[in-house]
Amino acid sequence: MTDINIVIAGVGGQGTVLAGCVIGRAALGCGLDVKVSEIHGMAQRGGSVVTFVKIGRNIFSPVIEENSADIVLAFEQLEASRSEKYLRKDGVMIINDQQIDPMPVAAGKAKYPENICETLSKKYHVASLNAHEIATNSGLAKAANIVMLGAVSAYLEFDDAAWFDALKNIIPEKYLDVNIKAFVAGKSESKGDLKHGILE
Amino acid sequence: MKTLMLGNEAVARGAYEAGCTVAAAYPGTPSTEITENIAKYSEIYSEWSPNEKVALEVAIGASLAGARAICSMKHVGLNVAADPLFTVSYTGINGGLVIVVADDPGMHSSQNEQDTRHYARAAKVPMLEPSDSMECKEYVKLAFEISENFDTPVIVRLSTRIAHSRSIVETNERFGYQLKDYVKDIRKYVMIPSNARSRHIEVEKRVAELREYSESSPVNQMQMNSGEIGVLTSGISYQYAKEALGEDISYQKLGMVFPLPERQIREFAQKVKKLYIIEELDPYLEDYVHALGIEATGKGILPLTGEYNKRLIKECVNGKSDDESQSASSDLPVRPPVMCPGCPHRGVFYIFNKLKLNVIGDIGCYSLGALPPAEAMDTCVCMGAGVGMAHGMEKARGRDFAARTVAVIGDSTFIHSGITGIIDIAYNGGTSTVIVMDNSITGMTGHQNNPASGFNIKGDPATRVSIENVAAAVGFKRIRIVDPFDLDKVEKTLKEELNADEPSLIIARRPCALLKGVEFGGPLRIIPEKCRSCNACMRLGCPAITKTGDKIYINESLCVGCMLCVKVCRFDAIGKIGKDGAAND
Repeated sequence: MTDINIVIAGVGGQGTVLAGCVIGRAALGCGLDVKVSEIHGMAQRGGSVVTFVKIGRNIFSPVIEENSADIVLAFEQLEASRSEKYLRKDGVMIINDQQIDPMPVAAGKAKYPENICETLSKKYHVASLNAHEIATNSGLAKAANIVMLGAVSAYLEFDDAAWFDALKNIIPEKYLDVNIKAFVAGKSESKGDLKHGILE
Repeated sequence: MKTLMLGNEAVARGAYEAGCTVAAAYPGTPSTEITENIAKYSEIYSEWSPNEKVALEVAIGASLAGARAICSMKHVGLNVAADPLFTVSYTGINGGLVIVVADDPGMHSSQNEQDTRHYARAAKVPMLEPSDSMECKEYVKLAFEISENFDTPVIVRLSTRIAHSRSIVETNERFGYQLKDYVKDIRKYVMIPSNARSRHIEVEKRVAELREYSESSPVNQMQMNSGEIGVLTSGISYQYAKEALGEDISYQKLGMVFPLPERQIREFAQKVKKLYIIEELDPYLEDYVHALGIEATGKGILPLTGEYNKRLIKECVNGKSDDESQSASSDLPVRPPVMCPGCPHRGVFYIFNKLKLNVIGDIGCYSLGALPPAEAMDTCVCMGAGVGMAHGMEKARGRDFAARTVAVIGDSTFIHSGITGIIDIAYNGGTSTVIVMDNSITGMTGHQNNPASGFNIKGDPATRVSIENVAAAVGFKRIRIVDPFDLDKVEKTLKEELNADEPSLIIARRPCALLKGVEFGGPLRIIPEKCRSCNACMRLGCPAITKTGDKIYINESLCVGCMLCVKVCRFDAIGKIGKDGAAND
């Protein structure tokens, strides 16, 4: 198999770190090598955050360079745009269609770009979803990050058991059921779009 | 058992498996999670110390008392702890002593990108450098062994991409370490000059022995493939190099970066036609290799600053990249970190701006006050610097300048190194105004308790250090406590204290908005018919307040209802959202 590079992009506080951790665990559960690189501290205070997940037989560097991600999992539209540079040609972009205005936009000093998903879909395979709404319907608005994991799971050939084990390992027991529900809802939302069969 | 661990978590696991029983640290990105994870092991006593110097002294004490002890910090923390480091190198240890230091190349969350390897050489203390989580765990265990075998503290150096990357770790059982006897040994542990002179001779002997160990240590290894190209590297740079240059060339991976294995390096250099040295930050290995008279290429083609990655190494070594590049959207609005909605610091910075003060800043969430739209901070150097600097400014420019200048420091930073600063002001006749932004938590590093919060590392109640009583004890007579959301009071108090001809300490006290139990009244809304778009609320720099064209909106999903904007609005145009969804006055 070839290595899989996933970039998770979002805004500090959206749960990107946890999402990276779950993918990492699921990969481990499938007997694969994996490295997850995240950024803590200052950048998390509402700033842009990026987590790298690299999966394969033998992973060295934990960092994903430009033009080399197979999948960008974007938790916010503008951050999807910002992370476009990481995506390889023919890559997949999964976008939570939420819009969170950064300070310069909120202050009226910059404009939030229009039609981000449409623009990106001209270049890449884009699956966009309203993770917030799907999470709310599943019973926990905060589980939008888990909905996004469900969405990306449709592009990775891990068994559901590996995903559920990973969730069980990381999510506190009392929130596990609702998170699994969010995961399944996210998966069914993105399925049918495309089966890239990235991981064999 | 195989599991996925953050580098920092693996360091903690290594300490656990090594039978370590005492851990002390001050939080600092990217090292914080080491001690947070150690705190989960009931077998290890752990603490947040007031600063890195105390943390290291606690660990030294534990070691001399016969325990295996670990102390963790970020790179700049070692500057604070450098004093005990250089002398514990002389005394040596009893139980194993390991100091973990996390560098931050690229400065994700730091004020400089100093290279800690220089400290190992300067303090004559061995240093190990892991390159993934598994090595983090194993090297910490090895560090304890080296420490005891050579009677020395050992530094384990991480970098952000090691500390904050998860990779696979195989865990082992905990080693049942027996506390060593406490032995009084005045000649070894009392570093008065007569004793220290003989200890220095021992230190030099030890370095020579460690140099021999380095030659045969399993962590220094040659991977011989083609003899055309060889790469000398260590830590995270090894991973980047390996991915960039592949398996066909030869590598010398150094797990021990002080002392360096001279014979092994000479042997490797002889076996390869062209030698590259790949290391982030300073030419530490390169200077050594050049001093041996060996020809090698390093900083001539690779940068001295920032992080490396696969592509950068490929481009520098091969001259060009084989990756196709595509146009990236560079004109996107930036998303800098901001003070959170409901942050108690916001109101104070608003008043600083209003009064056009010189704000001598410090390290913490309030450093964000230097960013737009507030841009209300003039300096930020190191932990505690603002207090001493404000005093120095008064001595340079006089009383009138001091009446327009305020030193800003957080509660945790005040405990870390602000107290000596206020002593200086009181003792040396200063009149500075110091404002402590007391949000009762160490915020930026992710909510660690500190001596002023009244809770310990486990979250259990602890003796709370009273900042106001400390200020009184050092001789401050003017001590005021204000609610940072009471803007009128903040402004009035600041004016009074700045005008006072003696030192004053203002405590702006309100818990961090992200703390459990902190609740506000729920989201607010703009009343459109009353709003005149005067921008007064916009100047708060609240991420929940948005302007589109001329119209101002409040983002309900972000707004917590802290009411600060209501207080700055002169037209009563912001209200709580009523049951009908409309804004009430």
